[in-house]
Order: sequence, then structure tokens, then C-alpha cells
Amino acid sequence: MNTISLAPSAWRRALHQRSLVLGAALTLALLLAAGLSFLWTPWSPYEMDLAIKLQPPSAAHWLGTDAYGRDVASLLLVGARNSILVGLIAVGIGLLLGTALGLLAAARRGWIEELIMRLADFTFAFPAILSAIMLTAVFGAGIVNAIIAIGIFNIPTFARVTRASANAVWSREYILAARACGRNRWAITWEHVLPNILPMLIVQATIQFAIAILAEAALSYLGLGTQPPQPSWGRMLSEAQTLMFEAPLLAIWPGLAIALAVLGLNLLGDGLRDWLDPRLNRAR
Amino acid sequence: MSVFLLKRLLTLIATLVATSAVVFLVLDVLPGNAAQVLMGPDAAPEAVQALAQQLGLDQPAWQRYLQWIQGLLVLDLGNSYAYGSPVLDLVLERLALTVPLAVLAMLITTVLALLAGVYAASRHNRWGDMGVMGLAQLGIAIPNFWFAILLILLFSVKLQWFAAGGFPGWTEDAGGGFWLGLKALLLPAISLAVVQAAILARITRSAVLDVLREDFVRTARAKGLSQRAVLWGHVLRNAMVPVVTVMGLQFANLLAGTIVVENVFYLPGLGRLIFQSIANRDLIVVRNCVMLLAAMVVVVNFIVDLLYAAIDPRLKASDL
Amino acid sequence: MALLEVSQLQLTLATPRGPVVAVRDMDFSLERGATLGIIGESGSGKSLTAMALMGLLPEHAQLSGSIRFDGQELIGLAEPERCALRGNRLAMIFQEPMTALNPLHRIGRQVAEPLRRHRGLDAAQARRQAIALLDRVGIANAASRADAYPHEFSGGQRQRITIAMALACEPDVLIADEPTTALDVTIQQQILDLISDLVDERQMALILISHDLAVVSQNVDDMLVMYGGSVVESGATEAIFGHLGHPYTRALLAARPHLGAAQSRLQTIAGSVPALADLPAGCPFAGRCAHTMDRCWQERPAVARVDAGHWARCLRPEVVQAPFAAHPP
Repeated sequence: MNTISLAPSAWRRALHQRSLVLGAALTLALLLAAGLSFLWTPWSPYEMDLAIKLQPPSAAHWLGTDAYGRDVASLLLVGARNSILVGLIAVGIGLLLGTALGLLAAARRGWIEELIMRLADFTFAFPAILSAIMLTAVFGAGIVNAIIAIGIFNIPTFARVTRASANAVWSREYILAARACGRNRWAITWEHVLPNILPMLIVQATIQFAIAILAEAALSYLGLGTQPPQPSWGRMLSEAQTLMFEAPLLAIWPGLAIALAVLGLNLLGDGLRDWLDPRLNRAR
Repeated sequence: MSVFLLKRLLTLIATLVATSAVVFLVLDVLPGNAAQVLMGPDAAPEAVQALAQQLGLDQPAWQRYLQWIQGLLVLDLGNSYAYGSPVLDLVLERLALTVPLAVLAMLITTVLALLAGVYAASRHNRWGDMGVMGLAQLGIAIPNFWFAILLILLFSVKLQWFAAGGFPGWTEDAGGGFWLGLKALLLPAISLAVVQAAILARITRSAVLDVLREDFVRTARAKGLSQRAVLWGHVLRNAMVPVVTVMGLQFANLLAGTIVVENVFYLPGLGRLIFQSIANRDLIVVRNCVMLLAAMVVVVNFIVDLLYAAIDPRLKASDL
Repeated sequence: MALLEVSQLQLTLATPRGPVVAVRDMDFSLERGATLGIIGESGSGKSLTAMALMGLLPEHAQLSGSIRFDGQELIGLAEPERCALRGNRLAMIFQEPMTALNPLHRIGRQVAEPLRRHRGLDAAQARRQAIALLDRVGIANAASRADAYPHEFSGGQRQRITIAMALACEPDVLIADEPTTALDVTIQQQILDLISDLVDERQMALILISHDLAVVSQNVDDMLVMYGGSVVESGATEAIFGHLGHPYTRALLAARPHLGAAQSRLQTIAGSVPALADLPAGCPFAGRCAHTMDRCWQERPAVARVDAGHWARCLRPEVVQAPFAAHPP
């Protein structure tokens, strides 16, 4: 049992392909849903009609209606757009700033690296929810503050991960050769380090995207994120909770959407990681 | 050993100070004059000034900060703007729910994750492994508040075994009791634990698999130890170092999770207090609660660091 | 009856390129107290043979043939019975002493572990014996050092500790897989001497595996030379060195640098060891051997006698029987 990974089991290969394929399919579905919402939704998600409120799924309303008579399916589609928006911007912030800091730390080393890493570690004492709460306490609730809070939390994650990978690249011999030839740190970072860590960044970004969607949902659930009338999966859940006895299905759809979106992104990230560097000496 | 401890303590204190500075900056300096905020934009300036003086808000920022720190050290957290009662009393009352909830959730997480992770590692690349890892993927993807709602749907709405929320209290006079209180915390703890357990199970499995490839495992097998004996006697302790690291980090997530889950189950914990205070613009309560939460995270990570040294004797020798 | 009798041992591994025969048609026997050396390069199958004897092969490995230990058939033996033999009657030490010990357990406990497992001793008794063992293998201040952790010892000392662990239950057979390869040259001889002394003292059988001819030649009475999963030459050490039979063995010896003799270049064996999946159907050494014929590629070489009790696998008996001594001119 201790010489486990000697056999390249066919199982492992199948699993990789499976998770990559499944993840890509789910993620694609998410993106398509969001994209579709710009062109067409079965009904308008803003249209309220109390006469048809809390209806179960039917031919007209495929997933039923909510407490205000709005079509659930349309709400989900537009909600997808919302989740992706938050995910993209928040992860984008983290990616740009965090990677820059990580690259700086790896290139300069010494006290700069120490400082950046200490700051990064320090930020982990404030989980995203906590910082979002702080910001909303001061500046009020809203999607912008939610994005900022989630984005701020992404920065140390990317910084750490970038620095670790960049350090590994810096210690490679051809980098030493480049330095011996007199290339300065920034050129090396741009030409060698960055392209080498790009695959890892893509994987990390995918995973952070999933986390951002979860965080946005939680914040919206608490009322701190996307504000009405913008549809949001998290807020749909909080509205549904008060009606659990009357319309239990309402609590299922938005949660399912969140879970599938996050699952898809996680599977995609894992699948990409294994595909891009299968020779990594990890137990998978 | 004492040098090790000293360094850790200094780092702890420095981190706490830095945390308090950030919290103070965001929740006291940035919002501006709290008295103004409390009274609204239309209040007369003299009234605002009077309130400000009364609350000690007319002093410069750094003085207010130092006063606050002094207060923290003697556990005098000031009085709530909204209720007038001491913040400390409010907080303690709420902690009596949040801390047991977090601890219960951590216990469930640890037990679930270790069992699942070790099992998956021992069935590496076979159905047992895939099954557990598949479940873990699902567990990570499910939002904890949705899982909580699902639990409520099943156990409260359908089966009616549990109440849909609320907390009866730990003492009998309010209609509560120890076991009743624990029962009320069970569903919330489970919904918190599932996500964290999924993450921790993956880490555990990975750590165990890494250790299984080490040479000393081969040596242990060559001595005639069975697979089970090797797993529990040799592998587990060595795998604990990365696992314990993650558990420390997870505590922060767990605390953040309690904020959300308390809202789902209408539990009068620290999380709900923060929310109500934000609605009431009672920033002094918010400030202290946030500081408390952040401090708990920092302290737990400190304890985790100490645990390392207990687990791995090599760390005591080389002073990290 | 010999203590250990291996016949027609064949080991097949699953690889990305399909199943591969890693050890082919292995036969040898080991008497009580006898010493056997297995020589070969990496990939020759020598370590896998040892793992097969101990029953520590990966799950996907398939074994056929027979391994009889003290009359009992080991292949197909249930795991609990195997565990009862390991560390008890069959013991093994490995190549990397720096990583062979659990870094989180004290060494006294690790040495005592087989005693507690197989002899049922309690903690105090086991500890006493462990200290005695540590003392015997040359760990100074054994009583107090027994509470130390592995990282507090050097590589040579750690190897001594693993030897102590292996000998704890007084095994009948000790398998040493490259025990000195990872150690400094100065320490190597000490460890080999220790092993020799212990083997004599306890009348253990020894299987010493190495790629280093010097290590093997001075410490064992009989030798097996392996290449590409097959035994290509077998016999008493003296006999083999007196008259090297197989071309591979000859090339191996010729490749050793000789101190003192003026040499312009080191002799090498042309070509490189083929991957197990690429071995020819016939003789594994075909192509690299100076005497290769067409038949060598297709036909499995039969055993050709060189001397009494000394044979080599070659299709050209005249080659192996031609006199060839070890000593350089």
C-alpha cells in the first residue's frame, strides 16, 4: 500500500478527463445562461404580478413564480449575470494586484518579500464576510462594496500563490543564466517568470471565481450585496426562506444554481490543474 | 523552547495591535463623526456637539484609539450607543452561543474529515476514494446557508424533529437547558461543518497519500506492521502537520460562517448582534465585535503554531 | 532443505506501456547462515526481487513461480501471515537511511516496535532490549540516546539504527538493499563490517544487493549477476572472480577505474540499458554484447556451465568458458 502511485491507473486518467469535461460543461452552461439573459428571458425578472404569486412549475413558468409573481427561471438567468459580474471583477482585482505583489516579492526578496507576505497573512485574519461587514457598516450595502470586499480578500491569496510559484521559477537554472547575462529583474519577470506561472494562475483564478460566487451569494443572502430590484441568487434564497412552509421549491432552485456554478468552476479548475501539469509530484 | 514561544508571543501581540488599528481605522475614523451619524443629518449642531462630548468623541483619533485599547485590556468596552448598556454584557451573552456553536462545528468537521480523508487515502484510486472525493466536491460547492435551509426543509418542515430556528437558552428558567440548547445548535453546526469537512477531507487525504510515499512507511511495513497499524500508528501523526495548518485557517472561515448561519436559524449570537448593530448605526458594538472575531482568529492561529511544535519535534530544534 | 528456495520466479508490472516482465525465470537457493550477493545496475530487477521476497510489492504486481521459506510457500500467502514473517524471520534494510526512520518517533520506540509486535513484549522489556541492540550496533550512550529523534543522528548512525531494528527479532534472513550506497565512503566500510560481524555472530543468512562489485565481492560467498530482469551469471564469488563467464560481468569489471594503472579513457559498455518494455525477446544483453549473434535477439539463452556450481546464461558456451580473469594486466 505504500508504493501507491507506481501504477498509472486507468482510473486516474478517466477521472481527470471526467472532471475537466464536466467542469467545462457546467461552466459553459453558466456563461451561456448569463449571456442568454442579455438577449432573452422567458419573462421579465422585474415584472411583478401578485395574482400569480407562488405558483409551482408549469408550462408557462417553468420553475414557478416567487412571492411577487416574478418568473423564477428568468430571475435565475439574470442572477447568473450578476454572479459572473461580481466574480469577474473581484477576481480580476485580486489577480492583477495580487499577482503584481507576488511577482514583486519573488523578484526583490529580502524585506519587501517579508513585508508583503506578512501583510498577506494578516489579511487572512479578516475573512471576506467580515471585511464586507466592516465596509457595509461604514459605506452602506451594495454590490460595489461587495465586489471591493471580495476583491480585497483575493489579493493576498494571489500574492501568496504567485510568490510561491515565482520563487520556484527563479531558482531554475536558465534563470540564473539569464541573470548572469545581465538581464534585469523586470525583464526576466516579464519574459520568463510570468509565462511560466500563467497556467497556475489560470487554475487559481478559476477556483477563486468559484469562491467569489459563494461569497457574493452569502452577502446577498444577508442583504449586504446586490440590492433589489437586481436579481441575485443569494437574495432569492433569503426571500424563499420565509416561505419554506408554503413554497419549499423556491428555496431549492437558487441554491441549486449556486451549487452547480461553483461545482462546475471547481471541477474545471481541478481538471485544468491536472491537465496542465500532470507530472506534478502530488497525490491526486 | 522558550525562544520559540517568545517569538510566537511577540508576533501574536504585534498582529493583535495591527488588527485593532485596522478595525479602528475602518469603523471609527472613516465613518466620521459618530454622533452626527447617530443623530442624523438634520440635527442641530449644538445637540451633535453635546452628544459628541458625552460619548467622548470630540477627542483626537489617536486618543480615542488608546482609550479603546485601554478599555479592551480591562474588559471595559464602553456602552452601546443604541441600548446604553455595557457592550461587554451584550457580547458575553452572545458569545455564550457563538463559541459553543463554533466549537461544535469544529468537532464535527474534524471527525468527519479525518475519517473520510484517511478512508479515501487507504482506498486510493478505487471506488471508495472516488466516492468520498466526489462527495467532497459537492460539499465544497454547496453554500452553507443553502445547506442549512435544506436541513431545515428536511428535519423541521418535513420530519418536524427540530425547530426551524431560535435558541431556547442554556438555562432552564428561560425554557432551555443544556441538551435543549445543544439540540438547537446541532443543525447549525452540521451546516457549518459540511463545507469545512469537505475541504479538510481533501487536504487530509492528500497529506496521508504524501506520507504513504515516504521511505519510513516502507520501513514500518518491513518490520511486519499491518497496513492498518502503519496508517494509524505512523502515517496519521506525520500527516497532521499540514492538516492542522488548514484547521487553523478554517477557523476563520468557520467564524465567518457562523455569522451567516446564525441568521438562517435566528440564533442570538455574535453574528446577529453585528447585524442589528449595523442597522442601528451602533458602531461601537460593531467595532468591538469585529475586533473580537478577528482576535479569536489570530489567537487560534497562534495555538495552531504551538501545536506544530508539539507534533513535530524538528520544529522546536530549528527555530522557525 | 534450503532455508530459502526461489524457483521460476517471474514478476510482471503494469506500466503505461502495458504489462512488463521485470524479473524473469529467477532460480536460487539460500542455506542457513549463507551469504548471497546480487549485483546489477538500476533497473536490473534486484530490488524488486528483494521486495518480492518480503512481500512488499505494489498491488498491481503479479508474481508467479515459487518462493519457499523454511518449507512454506510465500507466494499467495495471506497478508496477516506475511506480516507475521516480516521483521520477524525475514528482515530488510534499505538504501536511504536519512529517510528510513519516522521523524516524529523516538528511535528507542522504533527499534522496540518489532519486539512489541512479534514477541509481545511490554514497553519496559522492549525498551531494554532495544537499548541493548542500539549498543551492539555502535550507538554510543544507547540508554540516553534511545529517547532522541532521528534528526539528531547522522546518516551512518541512522543506518545502524535501522540495522538494529531489523535484527531485533533475530531473523533467519537479512536482506540488505544497497545499504551503503547513500553513505560517505569512510562510513561504508564500517557499516559493511558491522553487517558482516552480525551475520557471523547470529548465523543469519544474508542477501546483499548492490551495484558495486567491491562491496559485494568482499562480503558474500555466492553471487548472482542480474541484467534486464534475468540472472545472467551465478556461482561462488571466488569462482566468478576467478573466471568471469558472462560478457556483461566481464564488461562490468572492465569498466571499473583502476587506481595506479595509466589509462587514457575509462572503458564503458556501449549503448545503454533498455527500458524493461523494450527488452529483446531473447537475451537482454543482445546488442551491447561484443559477441552478439542473430540468434541472441530471438532465443532465450539457456544456462551454460562455466565451472562447478558456476553458470552463465548465454547462447555461446564457448564465450563464457574461455578463460577470463578479473585482475587487470
